[in-house]
Amino acid sequence: MPREGGGVYLRSRRLEPATDGLEHGTMDDFTAAFTTALTLIIGFDRDLVAIVSLSLLVSLAAVCLAAVCGLPLGAAVAVCRFPGRNLVGALLNTMMGLPPVVVGLALYVLLSRAGPLGEFGLLYTPSAMVLAQCILVTPIIAALTRQTVADLYEEYDEQLRSLGVGPWRTIGTLLWDGRFSLLTAVMAGFGRASAEVGAVIIVGGNINHVTRVMTTTIALETSKGNLPLALGLGIILLLLTFMLNAAAMAIRDIAKRAYG
Amino acid sequence: MKGKRMQSDHPDGSNPATPTILPLVLHEVCFEAAGHYLIDHISCVLEARPYTIVLGPNGAGKSLLLRLCHGLIRASSGSILWHGMDACAARRHQAMVFQRPVLLRRTVTANISYALRIRGTPRWQRQMLVREALQQAELADLAGRPARLLSAGEQQRLALARAWVLTPQALLLDEPTASLDPAATQAVETLLKQIYDSGTKIIMTTHDLGQARRLADEVLFLHRGRLLEHGPAAEFFSQPKSKEAAAFLAGQLVW
Repeated sequence: MPREGGGVYLRSRRLEPATDGLEHGTMDDFTAAFTTALTLIIGFDRDLVAIVSLSLLVSLAAVCLAAVCGLPLGAAVAVCRFPGRNLVGALLNTMMGLPPVVVGLALYVLLSRAGPLGEFGLLYTPSAMVLAQCILVTPIIAALTRQTVADLYEEYDEQLRSLGVGPWRTIGTLLWDGRFSLLTAVMAGFGRASAEVGAVIIVGGNINHVTRVMTTTIALETSKGNLPLALGLGIILLLLTFMLNAAAMAIRDIAKRAYG
Repeated sequence: MKGKRMQSDHPDGSNPATPTILPLVLHEVCFEAAGHYLIDHISCVLEARPYTIVLGPNGAGKSLLLRLCHGLIRASSGSILWHGMDACAARRHQAMVFQRPVLLRRTVTANISYALRIRGTPRWQRQMLVREALQQAELADLAGRPARLLSAGEQQRLALARAWVLTPQALLLDEPTASLDPAATQAVETLLKQIYDSGTKIIMTTHDLGQARRLADEVLFLHRGRLLEHGPAAEFFSQPKSKEAAAFLAGQLVW
């Protein structure tokens, strides 16, 4: 199906019900939203698949990167004693609430052609979006990891010192033994990443087939007044997040039963 | 066979039958917190061989003294020397088992293997030592089970096996049977007897008089952070010198 000009982005938009914004009433909107969502899912819309795939890819990559940075950082703050440790903890907690638009703007300045990282040509690419989400997610994972690891450390501290375990190995041991509880931290990070729109729309540009993800599409469709489609996409996004969280919870419960 | 390996295959090559970190010498050891002496000028010498039991009511400072000797906490003043070595430096040659066993969220085998890995034991040797330790502790059938799903008695035996596999020259035990039933207590005491027979110095805290009578060669009696008595167990139980010890032995309230 040839793509229409002037901002029609999903082929299945042709299937959109005869509703046009809020004036038709909330119930109509929701019914239309569900119908649209179902139509999009059942029809396996190619554009939708591309958008969902990119959303998942960007969010998962960002969360993986953030986990690589945030898990050891949080554990180190929980275990190591150094001057300013409390300040770092407070900073991590504060950064959990970083405004995405500010992060996006700062990254935009850094990545723009005239910026210090302009030569890498990352602006308006999925890599920039991954970077933006990673910056937003890392403090969340680090702060939640700090709490989980601190609780575990309280229990393990004397035994590990008795065995002669050094600080770095202690961090590794605590992260490994707390791995199933830490899934919650990583899933919280994923929740933030997948729901994020402010930063990715600035550094990604919401370019069709390049940097368009679910949240930016929802924002776009809403601004165009195409609420059923926006709500339909929202339902799909919620379903995906729900499925991932359910899987993570199942893994954690099975592991808890298996390892105590 | 029991106890034999412990005298020959020490991971760091030393022989626990001829301890090098003993005697343990405490000189005027104090531990102060919030203006109170929790350990109050304790001096004593613990030789290599006697089975030492630290007795006293709750809050006497038994666990604290053990932690000070193990180097987990530092004394406010005084010195704790293991054959001239600082408690922290000597920790490598000791092991400690806590009242509530702290087991990693891993299998029984992995818990013991972890301790050996920390000490740098090669993988091939680890497997053999883990197998032996599990057999000694009669946990071989539970090797693949998650450690934290074992019963309390099994968990404590696993903690002992993990300590024992390191062939420490001194084993410090902080009320290891406090929360166990008689059957589990007996299993732990049997294992402790094997460890002691293999040449390991044992220093153990308890407030169970029956257990102290069964196991002790020498007794340290603590009350309110002060060492009131230190001597042979038979003498302590038959002729306590302090009125606090006499009251404790008579089952009266000690304050």
